[in-house]
Amino acid sequence: MGNSEYIIEMLNITKEFPGIKANDNVTLQLKKGEIHALLGENGAGKSTLMSILFGLYQPTSGIIKKNGKEVKINNPNDANALNIGMVHQHFKLVECFSVLDNIILGIEPAKGLFLSKKGAREKVLALSDKYGLKVDPDAIISDITVGMQQRTEILKMLYRDNEILIFDEPTAVLTPQEIDELMKIMKNLANEGKSILFITHKLNEIMAVSDRCTILRKGKYIGTVNIADTTKEELSKMMVGRSVNFKVDKKPANVGNTVLKIENMTVPSKMHKNNAVKNVSLEVHRGEIVCIAGIDGNGQTEFVHALTGLEKMSSGTILFDGEDISKASIRERSKSGMSHIPEDRHKHGLVLDYTLEQNMVLQRYWESDFQKAGFIKQGAVREYAERLIEQYDVRSGQGPATIARSMSGGNQQKAIIAREIDKNPDLLVAVQPTRGLDVGAIEYIHSQLVAQRDKGKAVLLVSLELDEVMNVSDRILVMYEGEIVGELDPKTTTVEELGLYMAGAKRKTGGQV
Amino acid sequence: MKNKKSKLNLSSGVMSVVASFICIIIGLLVGLVILYCINSENALDGFSRIIKGGFYLMPKGIGTVLSQAAPLIMTGLSVAFAFKTGLFNIGAAGQYTLGALGALYFALVLHMPWYVCLLAAMVFGAVWGAIPGIFKAYFNVNEVITAIMFNWIGLYAVNEIIYRGAIGDMYDLKTTKTYSLRNAAPQSVIPDFGMNSIFNTKSTTIAIFIAVAIAVLIYIVINKTTFGYELKACGHNKDAARYAGINEKRNIVLSMTIAGALAGIGAGLYYLSGVAEWNPQVSTALPAMGFNGIPVALLALSNPIGVIFAALFVSHITVGGGYLPTKYFQPEIADVIIAVIIYLCAFVMLFKGVVANALSGRKKKDVPNSGKGADE
Repeated sequence: MGNSEYIIEMLNITKEFPGIKANDNVTLQLKKGEIHALLGENGAGKSTLMSILFGLYQPTSGIIKKNGKEVKINNPNDANALNIGMVHQHFKLVECFSVLDNIILGIEPAKGLFLSKKGAREKVLALSDKYGLKVDPDAIISDITVGMQQRTEILKMLYRDNEILIFDEPTAVLTPQEIDELMKIMKNLANEGKSILFITHKLNEIMAVSDRCTILRKGKYIGTVNIADTTKEELSKMMVGRSVNFKVDKKPANVGNTVLKIENMTVPSKMHKNNAVKNVSLEVHRGEIVCIAGIDGNGQTEFVHALTGLEKMSSGTILFDGEDISKASIRERSKSGMSHIPEDRHKHGLVLDYTLEQNMVLQRYWESDFQKAGFIKQGAVREYAERLIEQYDVRSGQGPATIARSMSGGNQQKAIIAREIDKNPDLLVAVQPTRGLDVGAIEYIHSQLVAQRDKGKAVLLVSLELDEVMNVSDRILVMYEGEIVGELDPKTTTVEELGLYMAGAKRKTGGQV
Repeated sequence: MKNKKSKLNLSSGVMSVVASFICIIIGLLVGLVILYCINSENALDGFSRIIKGGFYLMPKGIGTVLSQAAPLIMTGLSVAFAFKTGLFNIGAAGQYTLGALGALYFALVLHMPWYVCLLAAMVFGAVWGAIPGIFKAYFNVNEVITAIMFNWIGLYAVNEIIYRGAIGDMYDLKTTKTYSLRNAAPQSVIPDFGMNSIFNTKSTTIAIFIAVAIAVLIYIVINKTTFGYELKACGHNKDAARYAGINEKRNIVLSMTIAGALAGIGAGLYYLSGVAEWNPQVSTALPAMGFNGIPVALLALSNPIGVIFAALFVSHITVGGGYLPTKYFQPEIADVIIAVIIYLCAFVMLFKGVVANALSGRKKKDVPNSGKGADE
């Protein structure tokens, strides 16, 4: 094959969509056996560039070379034939199939008309052994953890003997432990000669595993750097175009009276017979950010749903501003001053087929500001949306008339945050508000949360990110298996201690927090 | 900014219309081929009769098209309205049947004026629509299954109520149908304001104007009101609607109730115009008017204003099919053409994409497609 130093080169790629240049003369060169990070804010054009490499889009101009030879990639099958594989951010797995069936799907080994999985099983087990990818080949996808699903996706690529592995924001869905494991796996793969493209906006991860990093900003190519010669600060500056403050600036909390008082909340689980939330009692006061920390799936979701009215409690009371809202409807809770930034922005946060402006009034279209005698005041909605877009810097192709589905994840989240904060709530329930966002957006959202606190509002933050928990909150409550197992002060505690509580290795006895 | 936006919206609307027209043209061509296969000599003559539709026999044909289109607009609206809330109202036929009962009972038995009869048709249809809605919202039973069941329950119940072993109040032994409204209950016939004499027909009434007015009303409800906003939110994303405090169960029931009411009005417009009488012994198949609402809604991409035109078109070629020389062709050829068009309706989205690509392709040409010369 060619004697090029690079296994894949994307040269001067430009991709135009109506109204937007998603990639503008971008060049990306991947060396054999390296881990190459692709860094950029949301909407910087990373996904577009990878979709071009994977054959999902055709570039408007520019060429792709493999081993120095120009290639045309017209569809994912072409990409496959060139040994390019991709782990998508949202996995492409058949939920009701086993791990093994998913891995061989599309290239099923057959004897005549019948499947013969024996060889496939051996190959999968061998690969799983070689790269430390622990999976149970016979487990059904819907039964296994997100981490194992991801390992299945990786095995899918390896099973197809892919040389170039693309990871699209692989850590967005993982717990800290799973992230560590993934980092190890990636290093293993690179050592075995696989070339990895790692799309992310998490600087820590780039610093931890990558060899080189290419930075995009607003569709433009900013540069490629050696990780050994750079710092986190420099990377973030290249990505955002200005210096980013990693420490959240905040004054000491000025704690006021109680806004939210939950007593003995118990919520049944939909997944299993046990209760998802067990006898939880807590208080949130004005002027403080209380963070519920914990590993995903320890009852946080059910807790928030019960608090906001999406699910019913089996027992307990919720006092909000002194009033019992245990039985209040979702609308009543929202009206009384509770805002909710939901965990899943596509499921709950947005009506994706609505325009941005329609989504901006999702929680208040019924207010007299926006309707008269049942008719929506289109002009008022437009004006309001334009103000929020301006104030919260929500970027989109066609302003208020943009269909929410076509917006980037970060801007969708910004739109939700704009909507929820602009309601000026007494209590802001923010569930993983920065999930999947870049540092610029994270910095902004954190400053908004702190601003709410400083206005004397209460903020209840639910987060899986340790950095966020430690930096933003004034008080940490750790949730483990549906119970609050500890209350910590972020100023005096350490990440290690927090981790022990989160893992259930340590708990304050006495129960009441 | 504003300018740009309106341009984009316009072209999207134009694309939908173009796509629907492509379906229609292909459907007609297939019809022509079929005509050729059956009888090549008379194929062109037959084809031109179908295309001319109501215009073939002026002015009577126009009047017939209008009187057929009115109920079709209503059943089309019924299906389109439910679609907006993410529900598939396959029960329009059953709701239509109940609407017919309501209209005929209030006309022939209670001798009420036509507008009261029309309201009765609406209420009867609404109740029949509400039932699948309630099952869907509170027991999570798929509305398609319930609606199909209630189509048949409705049909046989209505037949039995009208016939009652040949002693039913509304049943005319001589014609084996319900009594003719024009003779038995003239006060219940929808007024025609001279349209029948213009078109030289018997049953062209203001029904068409009522249907168009309701279509406009539905358009306004869906696009301009908070109620429409809620309904569409439920249709697009049930979870987000719930999160926004919208009572999605209530909205499902309301949506199906309104869909039922619309189909019921459709039956009212049909029978109260005296287009035909109900025949309880022959009517063992569900009324086609109810099912044809589905293709009308599809062809119109669920747009209430589009439903008006789609319904007019469908009745236009159905009437045209009726003018085929029966010596050579069956009038059902028109149904075949409609069926092909409807089948193609499923591809409307695809055509829309093709049209969009063709349009954007033109713009792309001036972009240089050379990117040679790496910069390193």
